[in-house]
Amino acid sequence: MKVLMFGWEFPPHISGGLGTACYGLVKGMNHHNQEVIFVVPKLWGDEEPLADFVNASAVTIDYREKRFKKFWKNLTYLEVSSFLVPYLGPEQFKKFTDYAIHDRTDVDESIFSNKFEFSGKYGKNLMEEVSRYALVAAQIARDKNNFDIIHAHDWLAFPAGIAAKEISGKPLVVHVHATEYDRSGETVNQPVYDIERAGMHAADHIVAVSQLTKNIIIRKYGIPAGKVTVLHNAVLDASIIKSEYEKKVPEKIVTFLGRITFQKGPEYFVEAAKIVIDRDPNVRFVMAGNGDLLNRMIDRVAELRMATKFHFTGFLKGDDVDHMYAISDVYVMPSVSEPFGIAPLEAVRHNTPVIISKQSGVAEVLRNAIKVDFWDVDSMADAIFALLHYEGISKMFKELGSEELKKLKWEHVAAKLVTVYEKTLAERS
Amino acid sequence: MRTICFYFQVHQPFRLKPYRFFDIGEDHHYWDDYLNRNVIRKVAQKCYLPMNALLLELIHKYNGKFKVAFSLSGTFLDQMEAYAPEVLESFQKLVATGHVELLNETYTHALAALKSKEEFTSLVKKHQDRIKELFNGYTPKVFRNTELIYSDQIGAMVAELGYEAVLTEGAKHILGWKSPNYVYSNAIEPKLKVLLKNFLLSDDIAFRFSNKTWADYPLTTDKFINWINAIPKEEQVVNLFMDYETFGEHQWAETGIFEFMRYLPEAVLNHSSFTFSTPSEVAAAVPAVSKIHVPVPISWADEERDLTAWLGNDLQDEAFDRLYEMEKSVKQIDDPEIQRDWGYLQTSDHFYYMCTKFFSDGSVHEYFSPYDTPYDAFINYMNVLSDFMLRVKQKTEEMKCP
Repeated sequence: MKVLMFGWEFPPHISGGLGTACYGLVKGMNHHNQEVIFVVPKLWGDEEPLADFVNASAVTIDYREKRFKKFWKNLTYLEVSSFLVPYLGPEQFKKFTDYAIHDRTDVDESIFSNKFEFSGKYGKNLMEEVSRYALVAAQIARDKNNFDIIHAHDWLAFPAGIAAKEISGKPLVVHVHATEYDRSGETVNQPVYDIERAGMHAADHIVAVSQLTKNIIIRKYGIPAGKVTVLHNAVLDASIIKSEYEKKVPEKIVTFLGRITFQKGPEYFVEAAKIVIDRDPNVRFVMAGNGDLLNRMIDRVAELRMATKFHFTGFLKGDDVDHMYAISDVYVMPSVSEPFGIAPLEAVRHNTPVIISKQSGVAEVLRNAIKVDFWDVDSMADAIFALLHYEGISKMFKELGSEELKKLKWEHVAAKLVTVYEKTLAERS
Repeated sequence: MRTICFYFQVHQPFRLKPYRFFDIGEDHHYWDDYLNRNVIRKVAQKCYLPMNALLLELIHKYNGKFKVAFSLSGTFLDQMEAYAPEVLESFQKLVATGHVELLNETYTHALAALKSKEEFTSLVKKHQDRIKELFNGYTPKVFRNTELIYSDQIGAMVAELGYEAVLTEGAKHILGWKSPNYVYSNAIEPKLKVLLKNFLLSDDIAFRFSNKTWADYPLTTDKFINWINAIPKEEQVVNLFMDYETFGEHQWAETGIFEFMRYLPEAVLNHSSFTFSTPSEVAAAVPAVSKIHVPVPISWADEERDLTAWLGNDLQDEAFDRLYEMEKSVKQIDDPEIQRDWGYLQTSDHFYYMCTKFFSDGSVHEYFSPYDTPYDAFINYMNVLSDFMLRVKQKTEEMKCP
């Protein structure tokens, strides 16, 4: 089978979990000898050659093609409402827009045939890039007619998927890694929601990364349950990471590691920390990461008078991430809404016991973890206290957690995905 | 007697280096030696050296009729010794003329007066000793607290330490209809005289000098003489208190600030009835007109002239309280490095960097802060403090079981 896949980013140039998941999936497909044409807005040239990569920035669009007119219209509509950045808070907004402006240049400005240089980032021109991406997808679908099915990852690539389907007539599978409800709660960005909804309705089948996400798709986007298949994410490497890095403080360490945004529920971690510290002064809490709620969290920690026990590291990269996991005694992911959430699995690889919110997709695959409702800070505090003090339970979690991890393989996910493709193609004909 | 009293504050904090969570428990050197050295070197070239040379010249020229006072913080003295010995030497020369008075303050420019009498006293004594050591046995008679922070209570502590006078801000909300151009006395200990900063005339020089949108720009000596001549005859003392960095650093040389100061003494001595005096001379010569009541601490900072530049938001209060919680344990520890860091961590600037008053005086705070945001300042300080707490705890335990 040959799949035409539309993504937004691919390792090593990624800014979120989407790229990592695409990488794992393509790797799994390779394992089963399935061919993948992988399109990204911008190729950097140092990607691992796992697929037939297509650089959208290098595709010449023939604007004389009449069938493209429709996408052109959509494009003008989207450009009007493009002043928003779905993944970012106002602070990063400025940072990202600054470099997005510098990154983007139109190359060939001839009237009838044109290339568009994508930044492939999440910048100010995101909406414009998303709709231009659709135009490129239409061109690619017209040029390459040797694929069997189209697969689009998340809303950024949905318009591309829809366009490719309309031009080629091949079935479309959309893959939902996150929805606007996860990112923004109930105050959704309407244009983003509209694209998500259009993609899901235009699709012949939908893949969701968790049952939790499937439920949102059914409830909020009006999709019949039978059209959605759950394929949980996997891990690329399930081996246990042994770190030489040593902790330098005598206290035990409880860690939150992730973006400090609404979706990740950092405030519940702070409140639970207060409850634990009041009971047990020999603990340090660490909030690692950056985000639009960081300053509010710092204010709250100061207000609760626990700043000598609760630390902020800022954004961590490279070795520091591994060091942080290595010195953690408990890892907490209190996400308010997490379609999947790969980070706790990283913690497990470092032999760190984890507490995850019931509102996370990863809770569906990780049995050996404590699961609490994100808002239930008392239970969260109890769980932290227990993992810190009752050797038995943390030891058990360490052993069983790493066993569980070994079962989460991308080749299993890919095998199931092939079945989804086959079923979709069969329903078509 | 009508007189002008110049007092210049010279202070530099030991700024913290970027200190990460991963450093806690391992790295016990907190100070950004490179940045601190650079700041001292830069300000030495722009301000300390040229201004000291100018003052020395003026003192010689007017044969003692022109005089000024300095308060040199201990953290400044330490850094001068380490990074700019020629600056220290130029200050020593000034003091040796006999027409430059030195004031006492807390050694590390601390806010201890607000928290602990014991710590306050010990920091004052330390400063006294250091001045004595560096300036040929000099003993200050007048006190100025960090950032001119003053209250009746603080004044009483200062009186108890034997000082004749204390300097503070002529804050509007304290004075009401009264003028700052008189000598007042402490409400609890009347023998302590209180000299109040004339903030209009002081800030005309310190803040507005180069402000082109100011109606009185440019400020010339003629204008200034007209203003002081217009002061009612019975008002006797004009206290011009300011940061020394006004000259060459806050107001660049290009603004003409040095020329202004070069010609000011001549203009004052020839075209007005004013003389120049140091704070102790004012305290000795001018009787107090009345007590001044300051029940709540005031300072010379920001529009509010209160403590909110250093204390009051959650970040500042948390940092301040956690720091002083350790006072008792630290006092038990006989370790020069612990004692040094304990002092330097008390410097008021660390708390100033955590100020969140963005909308009124935020821009001034930003200018003085090495951090992007008050939150960064807070995190960095708390990381350092966490490590310091571990060291104190460890030393304390070592002492229990030697």
